[in-house]
Amino acid sequence: MTDPRYIRNFSIVAHIDHGKSTLADRLIQLTGTVAERDMRDQILDAMDLERERGITIKANSVRIDYPAKDGHTYVLNLIDTPGHVDFSYEVSRSMQAVEGSLLVVDATQGVEAQTLANVYQAIDADHEIVPVLNKIDLPAAEPERVKEQIEDVIGIDASDAIEISAKTGLGIPDVLEAIVHRLPAPEGDRDAPLKAMLVDSWYDPYLGVVVLIRVMEGVIRKGDQIKMLKTGAAYKLDRLAVLKPSMTNIAELGPGEIGVFTASIKQVRDTRVGDTITHVKKPCAKALPGFKPSVPVVFCGLFPVDAADFEDLRTAIEKLALNDASFTYEMETSAALGFGFRCGFLGLLHLEVVRDRLEREYDIDLITTAPSVVYHVHMKDGTMDELHNPADMPDLTDVSHVEEPRIKATILVPDEFLGDVLKLCQDRRGIQEDLTYVGGRAMVVYDLPLNEVVFDFYDRLKSVTKGYASFDYHLTGYRQDNLVKMQILVNEEPVDALAMMVHRDRAEMRGRAMVEKLKDLIPRHMFKIPIQAAIGGKVIARETLAALRKDVTAKCYGGDATRKKKLLEKQKAGKKKMRQFGKVDIPQEAFINALKMDS
Amino acid sequence: MPTLSANLSTPVSPEPWQEGGFGLYIHWPFCQSKCPYCDFNSHVAERIDQTRWRDAYISEIRRAGAETSGRVLGTVFFGGGTPSLMQPDVVASVLEAIFDTWTPANDIEITLEANPGSVEAARFRGFREAGVNRVSLGVQALNDPDLRALGRLHSVAEARAALDIARATFERVSFDLIYARQNQTLSGWQAELTEALSMAADHLSLYQLTIEPGTAFGARHDRGLLRGLPDDDVAADMYFATQDICDAAGLSAYETSNHARPGAESRHNLIYWRGGDYIGIGPGAHGRMTFSGTRYATDTPLAPGAWLDRVARTGSGEANRDVVPPNEQALEYAMMGLRLSEGIDRDRYRRIAGQDISDTALARLAELDLIETSDATLRVTRKGRPLLNAILRELLA
Repeated sequence: MTDPRYIRNFSIVAHIDHGKSTLADRLIQLTGTVAERDMRDQILDAMDLERERGITIKANSVRIDYPAKDGHTYVLNLIDTPGHVDFSYEVSRSMQAVEGSLLVVDATQGVEAQTLANVYQAIDADHEIVPVLNKIDLPAAEPERVKEQIEDVIGIDASDAIEISAKTGLGIPDVLEAIVHRLPAPEGDRDAPLKAMLVDSWYDPYLGVVVLIRVMEGVIRKGDQIKMLKTGAAYKLDRLAVLKPSMTNIAELGPGEIGVFTASIKQVRDTRVGDTITHVKKPCAKALPGFKPSVPVVFCGLFPVDAADFEDLRTAIEKLALNDASFTYEMETSAALGFGFRCGFLGLLHLEVVRDRLEREYDIDLITTAPSVVYHVHMKDGTMDELHNPADMPDLTDVSHVEEPRIKATILVPDEFLGDVLKLCQDRRGIQEDLTYVGGRAMVVYDLPLNEVVFDFYDRLKSVTKGYASFDYHLTGYRQDNLVKMQILVNEEPVDALAMMVHRDRAEMRGRAMVEKLKDLIPRHMFKIPIQAAIGGKVIARETLAALRKDVTAKCYGGDATRKKKLLEKQKAGKKKMRQFGKVDIPQEAFINALKMDS
Repeated sequence: MPTLSANLSTPVSPEPWQEGGFGLYIHWPFCQSKCPYCDFNSHVAERIDQTRWRDAYISEIRRAGAETSGRVLGTVFFGGGTPSLMQPDVVASVLEAIFDTWTPANDIEITLEANPGSVEAARFRGFREAGVNRVSLGVQALNDPDLRALGRLHSVAEARAALDIARATFERVSFDLIYARQNQTLSGWQAELTEALSMAADHLSLYQLTIEPGTAFGARHDRGLLRGLPDDDVAADMYFATQDICDAAGLSAYETSNHARPGAESRHNLIYWRGGDYIGIGPGAHGRMTFSGTRYATDTPLAPGAWLDRVARTGSGEANRDVVPPNEQALEYAMMGLRLSEGIDRDRYRRIAGQDISDTALARLAELDLIETSDATLRVTRKGRPLLNAILRELLA
């Protein structure tokens, strides 16, 4: 057990690509925590997806032994936090587990929107913050301007900012010294009953669930009988260890220490981020504050392209859910798409990550339906339903009003693109809350409905700003608005998988865009097909897909029979890949492509 | 000899060659030049050893005859390639061997495909003397710029002259036109077809231009360089206009792209569409043969040299002989038979497939006025004809 005076716990706050993982790699390397031969890039990002996308999805930690210039050896615990807004609750828990943060800013780029959200979380957690300017070796670096920006935008003193190059190793020793001397040591009574925070957990195929904890008070030892206050479940500790970053067994952990344990826990679902861990005998009196169960905010349907893959999809989803407590699923039946699952996610990135993993790791081709947010449907009888699937919207005559989730979005954008960004936000029913200038860039804050953001807001923002904008958001609450269910009818029949909730004022525009898209996406049939968008019984947009008029082989003689027969069989197989809807065959990609807006 | 009572107690289904006819196809794989739209097995050769080809054909005729003795031969078809490049004496020797091998039907039809050029026309008399009684001329278009665009070597004037000679020489004459060509308009085609009908004897093949992969047009099309092709709507209008004009002239369509006065249909081609038996001789020639109730698909090497070698080396030009299982037979029967205005015999379909076509599919297509059906027959309507592939996908799904 380490004396808290010689412990420093910290996290790194940075925008994607500003060098967080590289800095972590350098700290690990310089202190000899990992033998040179075992070192690889982004050592803390375990999943291929994390490395590829340059994002961290799961929190991870590493314990570094650092012999400081004052002659003492310090234990430095770095908790690597998920860098994305979808996981903001997980980030806030990680922040609670440490006393300070390194704020890493790319000296050639400056502060980005995502940096802001995370640094505010660090400030909320009362962190001591050490600004670090990275990529100082690049000719485009402007350390003075960026320091000014940090002071203006974030409001912290940047005069002592450390200038480094994580790539070349320049300035890394200064960072280590700053961690020791500028960040506070943890506090906590080692004689008090055990109180530890569950920071994160993950599933290891050999060990079962591994739980990352920060001890606040008391001492935890291998073999202890512990319980989780929120779930009430009790376990016997099989193994207690620290991550260096490989798991190294340890006898006990005291106040201020960070480590992992295993306790024959079968599912990640049984462990809740933010829960309080204590002893079965002599428990602590009060749980840690701020516990929040994870609540999915974006839902979509996932269906196998090939109906025969349904059981494989079920198995894959169950396996994935073992390791991701924030992902929810239930079986869904769609008239258009057959059997599948309605899945809930923390946000769009989370959705993409799960879908990618299902397709990649489990090799299942999926049809993804339009992402939808959770609406609060207030009925006339005074009850409230949470609507996860627009297809389930109850009859309007029973509905009093509908509320939708709103977000506060922060966008940083070079001045030249500001007009386009404001227009985009206005078009998406945004209400401007703030507009300020920060070192040549505008920072706009908008109150936006989440349903206008879930589908293609990122893509549009990227395209109108040529990739120069950064964007972040957090949920602010629910607000009533004029929301209606828009149905799409193909050949007079409603297609449930294409139903969506829209604002009444935007319904015509969206309806028109949808039917025009579908007209191009559905192949011509032997009869003409009306494609309509409707609200209730009222058609608000309509296109007609003309009938197929010619599909015949001009020449077919004895020598052609074999070839034409094979062609026909191939076409029959192609027809099977489409979804039959009434008399109409709809190609699977139509379900998602129909929703993509060009403006 | 089986007794009469035995025959009555075990009724035997007629075989395809009895129901659909029995014919012989001979493939001549050479052309003077390769047309940019053509995906047939044709080659341009400097020198052709016609004697060697004659001997190979005769050897194949003897081999095929040995396993089909007793059958009456209804038709012979010299296709290609450009079979009018064959020397008339080669055609004569081949036909002699054929008559020596099978009993010909009294009204045996012997067709030869010909280019309407002056060189070929000079050989027409020789072909007639060899026994050919029907020619099919590749006229393709009635204006010179379009003929050049299609890669044809003849002119309209030559084609007209060849047609006159052909009509004077053969009992039956047909010619081909290609329409829905680049930059062709509906009215342009109507005028051209009307002109063609004034020249026509009793049979016309009218094909919409199809861009096939692996052809010069196909490559140009893929690069976006084949401009001015009518879209499918215009092509459909052209198809219906063709039907109207030909009906009025008494040459109604008896098949998707073939028109004839009643009785003047190509009997050889009817064998394909009616699911009869046919022997295929020559490089790349396909056959369908039924022996003791089992139907076989045969094919031969595509390359002219490879085929000649195979015949010489093994005594047989056949590269493959595969059993056609009942489900594929049924598919072929429907796919080929529904091209005919007479349609297919549902009872025969049921016998081949062992099951009927789905009632739901039939009902849906009938409701759209695309097919007409009774217990006995199934036919594609006039409205359904240009949609045959889509209809087949629906029927056979």
